[in-house]
Amino acid sequence: MQMHSLSFDVSHTLAGGLVLISFMMLYQDRLYSLLNVFAFHALVLALSVAWQAYVQNAPHLYITAAIALVFKAIVIPVALHRIVKQLGIHRDIESAVGIGPTMLAGMALVALSMVLMLRVTAEADPLAREDLAFALSVVLLGLLVMVTRRNAVSQVVGFMSLENGLVLAATGAKGMPLVVEISVAFSILIAFIVIGIFLFRIRERFDSVDVSALDDYRGERR
Amino acid sequence: MNLHAFDPVAAVLLIPIGAAALLAILPGYRLTARLNVVASLATFLSALSLLVIERPQPTPYVLVDDLNIVFIVLNTFVGFTTSIFSASYIAHELEAGRLTPVYLRFYHAMYQTMMFGMNLAFVTNNIGLMWVAVEIATLTTVLMVGIYRTHAALEAAWKYFILGSVGIAFALFGTILVYMAARPVVGEGQDAMVWTLLVEHAAHFDPALLNVAFIFLFLGYGTKVGLAPLHAWLPDAHAEGPTPISAVLSGLLLNVALYALLRFKILLAVSPNAISPGPLMVTIGLVSLVFAAFMLYRRRDIKRLFAYSSIEHMGIIVFAFGMGGPLANFAGLLHMVMHSLTKSAIFYAVGHISQVKGTQRINRIRGLTVTHPALGWGLVVGVVAIAGLPPLGIFMSEFLVVSSTFARQPLLAIVLVFGLLLAFGALLLRLTSVAFGNPRGSTAPVEASYVPMFAHLSLVLVAGIYLPTPVVIWFQHVATLLG
Repeated sequence: MQMHSLSFDVSHTLAGGLVLISFMMLYQDRLYSLLNVFAFHALVLALSVAWQAYVQNAPHLYITAAIALVFKAIVIPVALHRIVKQLGIHRDIESAVGIGPTMLAGMALVALSMVLMLRVTAEADPLAREDLAFALSVVLLGLLVMVTRRNAVSQVVGFMSLENGLVLAATGAKGMPLVVEISVAFSILIAFIVIGIFLFRIRERFDSVDVSALDDYRGERR
Repeated sequence: MNLHAFDPVAAVLLIPIGAAALLAILPGYRLTARLNVVASLATFLSALSLLVIERPQPTPYVLVDDLNIVFIVLNTFVGFTTSIFSASYIAHELEAGRLTPVYLRFYHAMYQTMMFGMNLAFVTNNIGLMWVAVEIATLTTVLMVGIYRTHAALEAAWKYFILGSVGIAFALFGTILVYMAARPVVGEGQDAMVWTLLVEHAAHFDPALLNVAFIFLFLGYGTKVGLAPLHAWLPDAHAEGPTPISAVLSGLLLNVALYALLRFKILLAVSPNAISPGPLMVTIGLVSLVFAAFMLYRRRDIKRLFAYSSIEHMGIIVFAFGMGGPLANFAGLLHMVMHSLTKSAIFYAVGHISQVKGTQRINRIRGLTVTHPALGWGLVVGVVAIAGLPPLGIFMSEFLVVSSTFARQPLLAIVLVFGLLLAFGALLLRLTSVAFGNPRGSTAPVEASYVPMFAHLSLVLVAGIYLPTPVVIWFQHVATLLG
């Protein structure tokens, strides 16, 4: 009984921590600090997944935790740091929406996911239930980061934090098959994106990785 | 005994993946383009053999039933004809210097990998694996959309990628929720992701959880189907990539996502207390139809025009499946097949047209039937078909959708007919300017492969006049399966 409540508390804290760090991403106005916060996000995810691996006695989840730690918390942020430096876009993030409204929207999204998931999963076991509510919050906040930023690098960061939410959900669903495979697949996907950003700039001499700057080339503008 | 050693399911998966590996290594355009065609033909023949060979029992990984055979056969057939078209299209691109041999190798390897992903999505019985397969198919198309590496192509690929990833993410979240709903009933682990087991037990799942799961799956896979308002990636991806890819995107990839949705729709239909997915699908389908119909009037790029037309038709199909019932499902299924055949035929024509004219702008292309009679008339027949004029196949399926809707929901039918007429007007307006009038643009002869285009169009024509009884019976059976 003692053990049970401890395991519950720890996973609860870690998952809640992820939501909090997602919020921190919303108000970062510099790319470097956004990347640092993301690295922290991935670190907490790694801890959370490792804890789930221990609690559920599912050693394969340690692989997912290791991927989160090595790949997402170290390799990707370092690589993106370099890209940002080379592209010379380290000064600021142009946010499509102001910080105030973004934070309010973030709170609304978290409230929505809590209300939705807690109501819907009334019969599921409490651990999975709260995990799922937190995971959905992280997913939605990641989505919010993606919509409010226009810079390609910060959109990728938003996508990765969204994906962290998915991993949280998948590891929280006890005994779910394919979790490791899915996290590997996602890492490959992200590696592709990062390499893509890098190549676009270097080979094609783009003036900007700002997505809105590319809109004019579509030929459909009146 | 020896006959049983041939496993068509393994063949439709292994041939593409083996071919992809070979094509990635082999140099030379002539050889690889032929190999691509041969591999696609072999895949198609294996898929056809599914019709006659005794079906394998469903395992945790593989499922073959009446529903997915339709999809697999259609998929491999269009994959095969597109590979023929692709061979002549790519030859021109190489001459024009838009593609280098290295990219060509990459292109062919990706083409086969995409076929593998789509076939895997169809035959798998595991909803997790299905998700992975749809993701593979999407990613390969992203890479191919960006293959010209122009500003516009990269932007289209990026947009497709970002929106596709969000779709992927939502679909995965939905899949996890389905697993959560199934776990208490089916048991932990692999079994709770096996579709046949899920359907067996779905009646006992927590309906609330299943509802939320379906919303996420609908958003996720719906993005891939190109339903408004999640369609933003679709016109760009169609317009900027190589035209063979536009053909498979419209003709096949949208169907893959639709297939995934249908599987989950069946799952929800089994659960008595879950919401009925019908109203949601009907609404979004109508929104897509009417929205795309309006957008058709403002297109200036010929490939984007037909991309919006794909959104319109996916709207009709989703609407039909949303209405449900044997007749509407039958119509939806028929419409899906007809749309795939017609739209890819149109893209075959458009591909050669834009190559010979050197532009995709509609106002720079005129009088095609004078300068290039075969291409021009092919396009005319294709557009007449896609606009829904008799006696072609799409007329029949649209007629079925409309008449079955009038019988049940006259108000919805009015909206439906309004959207159809609107799209009809836009397409014919554009067609007259492109196909007739004084010729404009290059009149150079074109080395086109007409066979795939006219093969598709004649199939559509035949289906419009006379649908063979075995096909009707088959589709009727699938329609009842869809509930």
